[in-house]
Amino acid sequence: MMIDVNVNLSRWPFRRLPCDTHDRLTLKLHQHDVVQAWVSSFDAVLHRDIGGVNLRLAEACKESGNVQLVPFGTVNPMSPDWHEDLRRCHEDYRMPGIRLVPNYHDYSLENAAVAELFQLAENRGLIVQIAFRMEDPRTQHPRLQVPDVDPAALSALAGRHPRLKLVLLNWQPAVTGTPLKQLAAAPNVFFDIAMCEGVGGVGSLLETVSVERVLFGSHVPFFNLESSLLKIRESPLTPEQLKAITHENAARLSADGASRVTNANS
Amino acid sequence: MNRARQVNAMSFDRTRISRRSMLRHTAGVAAAAALAGRQSASASGQEDERSSKPLIWDVHAHLSGVAGTPEERIKKLLEYADRVGVDRVVFHLGFSRLTDPPPDQLRRDNDEVLRAMAVAPGRVFGFVYLNPNYVDESIREFDRCVTDGPMVGVKLWVAARCHESRLDPIVQHATRAKAPILQHTWLKTVGNMPGESTPADMAQLAARHPQATFIAAHVGGNWEHGIRAIRATGNVVAELSGSDPTAGMAEMAVRELGADRVVYGSDYGGRSLASQLAKVTGADLSDEAKHLILGLNVRRILGPICRDKGIGV
Repeated sequence: MMIDVNVNLSRWPFRRLPCDTHDRLTLKLHQHDVVQAWVSSFDAVLHRDIGGVNLRLAEACKESGNVQLVPFGTVNPMSPDWHEDLRRCHEDYRMPGIRLVPNYHDYSLENAAVAELFQLAENRGLIVQIAFRMEDPRTQHPRLQVPDVDPAALSALAGRHPRLKLVLLNWQPAVTGTPLKQLAAAPNVFFDIAMCEGVGGVGSLLETVSVERVLFGSHVPFFNLESSLLKIRESPLTPEQLKAITHENAARLSADGASRVTNANS
Repeated sequence: MNRARQVNAMSFDRTRISRRSMLRHTAGVAAAAALAGRQSASASGQEDERSSKPLIWDVHAHLSGVAGTPEERIKKLLEYADRVGVDRVVFHLGFSRLTDPPPDQLRRDNDEVLRAMAVAPGRVFGFVYLNPNYVDESIREFDRCVTDGPMVGVKLWVAARCHESRLDPIVQHATRAKAPILQHTWLKTVGNMPGESTPADMAQLAARHPQATFIAAHVGGNWEHGIRAIRATGNVVAELSGSDPTAGMAEMAVRELGADRVVYGSDYGGRSLASQLAKVTGADLSDEAKHLILGLNVRRILGPICRDKGIGV
């Protein structure tokens, strides 16, 4: 039983991917015992009608079948009236969290709107995912080169919002050294393993980040799901560590989020 | 396509990690280690062909990502290989990772790989690291490590772009010894290093040497360009290591080149074995194609030189 916290629906703008249809994606997840996927939409990376993207995402996730697709709508705090997007994600679609793609949406984490968004998300009990990259800059389209998100401001932000659960996606190699150590020390920051690289990378990560805050993420369908599956085999992990990473940590996070959503709507 | 999908669906089961399999993790690791040990002891490789598990041969590995002497590093690196079922590994470069190493540094780098090879002969293979900026010294180093030593191929990195004519004597010398040449290739959107070869450079060099066998390491990173760049040059095979495990890479390589021109490599320890292996195990390809990519093609490529040296493959 696994929970994948880093899954995408719809089409990547620059190539067709083998599992970029709903049926093939859910079949793939189901075949590998993924019972729940936290899903955003590739459309949110470049589309400016984020409201439409989130509506389609919420509808698509109702067709879950064997895999529970949990929608994480995207909010762009540079977009006019983004507060309404946040409200809809929480109140209309009952999403447990949102995703940010700061590099494609062209803002820094130092922007004052990010602090405001964090405060509102904390008040609503929403999980906030931050995608530090979608694609290696070395392989991006030459007319759309997007650098990784700079993590420098994040540790302080996380400290100012201790009840906010932050999930870092595709964070390696953008987050290393001192920023990684600072974020690893923040109890409300979680790390996925989709871009955790280097031999025995997950095991190495556990030398810095406590196992309770490491989550199984795959970046499917952009990546092959087997990458993250094999990563947890490559590192020598105990059965307890495997259970924590593959589903227990995410289940605890989403249960917290669900209870907060219920409380907010009651 | 339907048959391929059916076969692929069966393949999924091999890499599937269920809760039960996770709980059996420790036992599984031991079994994998035992299997790898049994396979490395097989001189003919016939055992691997008959078994359901494909022979997995990683053609691109470095003594990095772990600490210690060459002997200590290789033991740790092979433990990781055991965990994901990689049977045989080709190492190259040394600890220094200098991009333009002088001859004395080349020798030290290659000595480190030779020491690692001695720990597990028949499982750990080596390609000699050469520098086209020192042609005469590189040919002498080739003779030391390949002609008179146990290495079975050449590694060229980023000292000089490989389409340049100064590489020709090295290629001719390696070809006479039946040694394949693995050349780093990238085509970075952010720009290559001055001596960094593109797949198009690789194709130019290969066209001048039709008898030689070339391995385009990373197949350009930007693989949609890289695969096309080498497509018309039949003596170049695409090697999949060193870029993100982007879905569709192996499928395009097989579609455009044929499965017999694609090989698995990882670039570990800088990379994860897992992410690179997933490019093949997770691909929408037939089992037959996957077996070729994962090991049979490398065995075919290294067969002639290994037979001359009396090394069982």
